Amino acid sequence: MREQSGFAGPPSVGRAVVYAVVILLAAGYLVPMVVVVLNSLRTAEEIAQTSMIGWPKVWAFQNYTAAWSDFCIAQTCSGIRPYMLNSALVTLPATVFSTLLGAVAGYAISLWRFRGDSWIFALVTLGVFLPEQMRLIPWTIVLRDVGLTNTLSGLVMIHTIQGLSFTTLFCRNYYVAIPQDLMKAARIDGAGFFRIFHRIVMPLSPPILIVTVIWQFTHIWNEFLYGVTFTTGTQQPVTAALIALSASVADVPQYGVQSAAVVVAAVPTLLVYLFGGRYFVRGLTAGAVK
Amino acid sequence: MSALVIRDLRKRFGTTDVLKGIDLDIDSGDFTVLVGPSGCGKSTLLNIIAGLETATSGEIEIGGRVVTAVPPKDRDIAMVFQTYALYPSMTVRQNITFGMECRNVPKAQQAEALERVAKLLQIEPLLARKPAQLSGGQRQRVAMGRALVRDPKLFLFDEPLSNLDAKLRVEMRMEIKQLHARIGASIVYVTHDQIEAMTMATRIAVMNQGEVQQFADPDTVYNRPANLFVARFMGAPPMNTIPATLEGEGDRPVVVIGAGEHVVRLPAPPSIGREWLGKSVIVGIRPECIAEPTRLFGSSTAAGLTITAPVEMTEPTGAETIVVLRLGGQKVLGRVAPDIRLANGALATFAVDTRKLCLFDPQTERLIA
Repeated sequence: MREQSGFAGPPSVGRAVVYAVVILLAAGYLVPMVVVVLNSLRTAEEIAQTSMIGWPKVWAFQNYTAAWSDFCIAQTCSGIRPYMLNSALVTLPATVFSTLLGAVAGYAISLWRFRGDSWIFALVTLGVFLPEQMRLIPWTIVLRDVGLTNTLSGLVMIHTIQGLSFTTLFCRNYYVAIPQDLMKAARIDGAGFFRIFHRIVMPLSPPILIVTVIWQFTHIWNEFLYGVTFTTGTQQPVTAALIALSASVADVPQYGVQSAAVVVAAVPTLLVYLFGGRYFVRGLTAGAVK
Repeated sequence: MSALVIRDLRKRFGTTDVLKGIDLDIDSGDFTVLVGPSGCGKSTLLNIIAGLETATSGEIEIGGRVVTAVPPKDRDIAMVFQTYALYPSMTVRQNITFGMECRNVPKAQQAEALERVAKLLQIEPLLARKPAQLSGGQRQRVAMGRALVRDPKLFLFDEPLSNLDAKLRVEMRMEIKQLHARIGASIVYVTHDQIEAMTMATRIAVMNQGEVQQFADPDTVYNRPANLFVARFMGAPPMNTIPATLEGEGDRPVVVIGAGEHVVRLPAPPSIGREWLGKSVIVGIRPECIAEPTRLFGSSTAAGLTITAPVEMTEPTGAETIVVLRLGGQKVLGRVAPDIRLANGALATFAVDTRKLCLFDPQTERLIA
């Protein structure tokens, strides 16, 4: 191993410099997270007396119980628990729907060539590049017209449709590597659109489905603008509730509890990263057919 | 009965004519090979026969039924692909029975058909494996199994041996030929390899630039090529085609190649029309018709015509030696016995088999005698 390394031989100055730079960069990236985690374990008084940066003198685990179930957000003293549930109720169905629809759309565009298919693909993927704020007013009108203003279902719908751009792009680029001969063979065997999808394409799909699920889950969970624009009060996802939480502070700033709430809200995506990150990288580089 | 009839089939992509009016009538039980260089339209033709692509115009009949507007699954065909196209996530067993599954064939009947084909192709030990766990030759067999299990009216093979190494290709070639002899199926087989065409086919359709150049049995295609393209495409090394003139000597026309001291005179085929006397022709002569002087051609017991020509170089292949020589000043190939060694630049004597000379019209490039 040592011999194969590009930095073979005794440790050199150059190697030390590279390590120093890499460690510095990594530390820089981690500082915000470390500060938030440490503050989540300090009392508000301690933070107020010293500074935002410091090692906890006493471990204030009660911040977490407060953030989870007691703390008051916009006159409702239920902690972030109901908002976490809201986020889950939006993220899970929207992730599943957008991934499945994207898979079908990507399959149709890549493997069933039809007149205008590349135009449709171009239109769908245009959505990837449209800025979010550009879509706020159209979505407001749509939500009003379908009667889903200030509902979780409304957010599910928005995220499903918006997500289609990415999921279609991912799946189409993956499926395009499936040889056309496979499709021809299946058509001669008598399989139709959905049977080919279900029996031949889906079994080849786990790598790309993992990628799209991870992508959609983290994206939708962390999404803030739609959550804060289209929902209010008890219908808000946790990202929007976190802002309300910091805004509702009356007397002493409750940095400890707020930090704990931020950490809790970040747990689902962190877990997805820890358990799925490996598959994410692997899936992005995988081909459909060995 | 005809297994396949194609009438005036045309295919156009944009402004490119890929198929320019194909007419073929293939008898039941025939092993028909469509052969031609890449881009000649043979694969497009096969895809249209299968219904995977639509023709611009024309008609296709399979087993006496017009199928021009029938989808692939209802054409009663099976196809074997160059890439094998095995479903990667399915076992060999599932690969073979997938077609029957799509057609809701009862399980018991599926098992029976699977067993029959697995035995025929000797792939019983592989049934539980995935395609990725198979060698190239095994995948080829499974792909054939998937076609055979259906017992269709027509088998379509799209360059099925191209992805195999040379040794395996020869083995599978013989196996497919034996298989055809045993089950007597009607087969349309596409290849760019003229050896595959010669060795396997009962009928060959030579294609070039979207047209069938010749449709005949292998002997005819080889010995009486319909035009210069077929003459030069079939055979390795290909037929020598040399400009010459036709002269009348009494009653017997003579092919004259070259002039002056290099001139070579060969008796022309007696079927040549008298109107060609004194005109330019192109003479076609297979390399194996130019051999060492002791060679006896066909059933003749007497030595035939011999010529003397300078040797340019030799290529010993082991089984024979290819000689590049000058015939009437023109560069031609000959095939002599393997143990014969000729010095470069030296004059040597060759026996010429003039029975198989072909004459072509230099303008139309068609066979005239």
